[in-house]
Amino acid sequence: MYTPHTQADIDAMLEAIGVESIDALLQVPDELRLRAKLDIVPALPEYQIRRRIEQLAKRNAGVDLVSFLGGGAYRHYAPPAIAALAMRGEFLTAYTPYQAEVSQGYLQAIYEWQTYICLLTGMDLADASVYDGATALAESAIMAMNATGRHRFLVSRAVHPNYRAVLRTYCAGLDVQVDEIALTADGTTDLHALASALASYEYAGVALQSPNFFGNVDTLDADALRAVRDGGAVPIAVVAEALALAALATPNSWGAQIVAGEAQSFGVPLAYGGPYVGFIATKDEHVRRIPGRLVGKSVDNAGRTAFVLTLQAREQHIRRERATSNICTNQAHCALIATIYLALLGKTGLRDVAALNLERSRELATAVANAGARLTFSAPFFNEFAADVGRPASEVLDALRERGILGGLDLGRWYPEYATSVLMTATELTTSGEIAKLGAALKEVVRVGAGV
Amino acid sequence: MSAQASDRLAPPLIFETGQTGRATRYVERGKPLESFMPAKTLRDDLPLPDNTELDVVRHYTRLSQRTFGIDLGFYPLGSCTMKYNPRINDALANLHEFADLHPFVPDELAQGALQVMHELERSFCSLFGMAAFSLNPAAGAQAELAALLIAKKYFKERGATKRDKVIVPDTAHGTNPASAAMCGFTVVSVKSDARGRVDPAEIRAVLGADTAVCMMTNPNTLGLFEDRIHEIAGAVHEAGGLMYYDGANANALMGNARPGDMGFDLMHLNTHKTFTIPHGGGGAGHGPLGVATHLVEYLPTPYVVRDGECYRLDFNRPKSIGPVRSFWSNFAHAVRALAYLYANGAEGLANVSQYAVLNANYLRVKIAEFLEMPYPEICRHEFVTSAQGLKKKSGVRALDIAKALLDRGFMAPTVYFPLIVPECLMIEPSGTESKETLDEFVAALREIVATAESHPQELFDAPVTTVVGRVDETRAARHPDLRWRPVERRSG
Repeated sequence: MYTPHTQADIDAMLEAIGVESIDALLQVPDELRLRAKLDIVPALPEYQIRRRIEQLAKRNAGVDLVSFLGGGAYRHYAPPAIAALAMRGEFLTAYTPYQAEVSQGYLQAIYEWQTYICLLTGMDLADASVYDGATALAESAIMAMNATGRHRFLVSRAVHPNYRAVLRTYCAGLDVQVDEIALTADGTTDLHALASALASYEYAGVALQSPNFFGNVDTLDADALRAVRDGGAVPIAVVAEALALAALATPNSWGAQIVAGEAQSFGVPLAYGGPYVGFIATKDEHVRRIPGRLVGKSVDNAGRTAFVLTLQAREQHIRRERATSNICTNQAHCALIATIYLALLGKTGLRDVAALNLERSRELATAVANAGARLTFSAPFFNEFAADVGRPASEVLDALRERGILGGLDLGRWYPEYATSVLMTATELTTSGEIAKLGAALKEVVRVGAGV
Repeated sequence: MSAQASDRLAPPLIFETGQTGRATRYVERGKPLESFMPAKTLRDDLPLPDNTELDVVRHYTRLSQRTFGIDLGFYPLGSCTMKYNPRINDALANLHEFADLHPFVPDELAQGALQVMHELERSFCSLFGMAAFSLNPAAGAQAELAALLIAKKYFKERGATKRDKVIVPDTAHGTNPASAAMCGFTVVSVKSDARGRVDPAEIRAVLGADTAVCMMTNPNTLGLFEDRIHEIAGAVHEAGGLMYYDGANANALMGNARPGDMGFDLMHLNTHKTFTIPHGGGGAGHGPLGVATHLVEYLPTPYVVRDGECYRLDFNRPKSIGPVRSFWSNFAHAVRALAYLYANGAEGLANVSQYAVLNANYLRVKIAEFLEMPYPEICRHEFVTSAQGLKKKSGVRALDIAKALLDRGFMAPTVYFPLIVPECLMIEPSGTESKETLDEFVAALREIVATAESHPQELFDAPVTTVVGRVDETRAARHPDLRWRPVERRSG
């Protein structure tokens, strides 16, 4: 489908080429010619494609339940203007902007994205995007190894478990050992354990996350980070909820040299996990180690401002096996969506959204406490927190689901010591009615549990 | 200001516009942050611009107008398969039940999404002759990385830790050697022969007990079918190595031949090429990773499995290399790919491939009338031509031709790749372009070559009709300006 060839076209083209049939062009040796009948549905007219896939979509019953799910993917309001702009064909159907003269618009948008990430993180520069938050961390770890020549890496257990798992996957390729820093009883990184691990002077980098996976704002400040610098390791800040950057002290303020983050919160659809958009921001001194595309501002041959892909000597298509990374395709279109989101919300709107997330999550915490659960930790949190429900979290979540509620994440899935805790999230889209419904249901469920 | 003037004037950066407090309001006013958090945990300032929705809509609409996509014209970018991106795919990917589905929704409540993934995976297995696919990798390069991690683990479990070499032909995409390096492998580059293909003898010469993987693209980046692939795969397997298929060029054989039948153990697809997912200015992509039976258990987690009528994400796979991304897949792209699969069926997909080959060969014979063909033979979906002779005569280079094409309303082909052809132009028309479009492109190229001989300066000056002329790349690299800084903010 979507091919324009009439029989007359085909005949004329074959004649120009000087062959009898398309078959003569295929060049596949006889023994490799596909003869098997493929197990693929027969072609459908467009209205049936729509009908069939809409039917599949309807089988996602979880989409319309009251939801307190977060954990690295967040439901935020996205103004329709984002899609109206980002879905314009010029953006949607462009390739990587290799030909700068006909790609000025996209290049400028990416330059704006790079700037937004710098302004939010406080860093000097940012790349044009990487796949997602987890791979941003893995690529940042490789940057730290290249910067220090060391081959061991440290990561806080408070960093998103999926990010840590991806970090381990990537590090296995380079035979790099990944060690983890323990948690305090309050669900933050144990800074004493951090300091003593770093005394070995073996670590290339340390990854810390605040707000961390539990939603807690970790006690990171310049003092805490002195141990990292003294140990010669590169401090890496992990960001799984980029909205927090609009409210909380920047990673730069506590001394991060690399920020590895996920910007899905900025208007990118949840879409069952992707595509999302990762970013890496860093200090000027690491500019030649950063992976991915970079857009720079320059001039054209008449001295006019012009944007262009730059510092490509870091990249795989030039440097091959000596490149800083193998990344080629990135997440440009999601970065564009995030850029438009940030432009629409502005400083004022972004602050409001952050404040509403703080407010609604506190309302939720109050409702949860009133229902008989207690907060697992007492550290300040951003828009999610752990609630101890006093019995296996999985049971409580099942019971809530029967009442039409996705109550959150079972922390026991990643932290056996917190098997009775649920990670709950509230955003600006969480309503008081939803919170009340959760509170009432939880009261029943917790009580039932307590009575068993 | 005339419409034309507004087209040519560079829009200011978004940071140079707006006034604090002007932003269109989408949510209620929030309370001061200090009422929720200790002041020391908060940031001081948030130096972002406030603009109205109208300002923002105008800004990005104007930026879109300064961007060239397939929707505006012919995009013959070699190795990138810029075919038409059907709009039904986007409409379905954007359905509420897909777009708003949280990745942590329990499997039982996400059956539709899981079925999309499973059905797509099964179809890919049949279409490409593999035992299983992981839809997890976010792009082809990430699939290469995952595949090489699989190879590393596979050999480690067999005690073959000395297998540390990855063989890569000199025509390979740059991602192949870069991915190998990210897995700690040493890259062995193999020269192509006079026919532009990999000679099995060259492969045999570098094979040994240290061989881990041989990575091949077929057809290769010269657009030529590696006709001795069976022999090469046999030799690599005999030496104990694995064969990897770089699927960047899968559009050239889809439905007509299968990597699995050629002896490949691992492969990736770029569904953002072969399955019409829009490239979006450089991503997001989608790089499904296919494996033969002996490597299925090493695939990244999670893997979608079907138990009777139920689908689930399987995380419990002890031999897996582990996850390669935050969440399961670039799922919205899986929906798009499935819609494209439905639109074509097996026969349609084979036709798509055949029309791509027909278009490429038609262009090849037409362009051969006035430009050199280093490999003058039937090609598959793409071919390379060279401006080396033209450069000797007129000084006009491949880059000048590329820029002159922009003036004539066409995207330029890939230039200076593959590296083995001097002054290379790599042209891939795809199968969705009509004969008329191809004829217009040939006429433009013919006129450019004639201009090279009569008025070469015109081509050195190109492009002149675009919003900017040639950009100073040297300055961009020597004095990197990678962001706007608040100090530059205009007063008032």
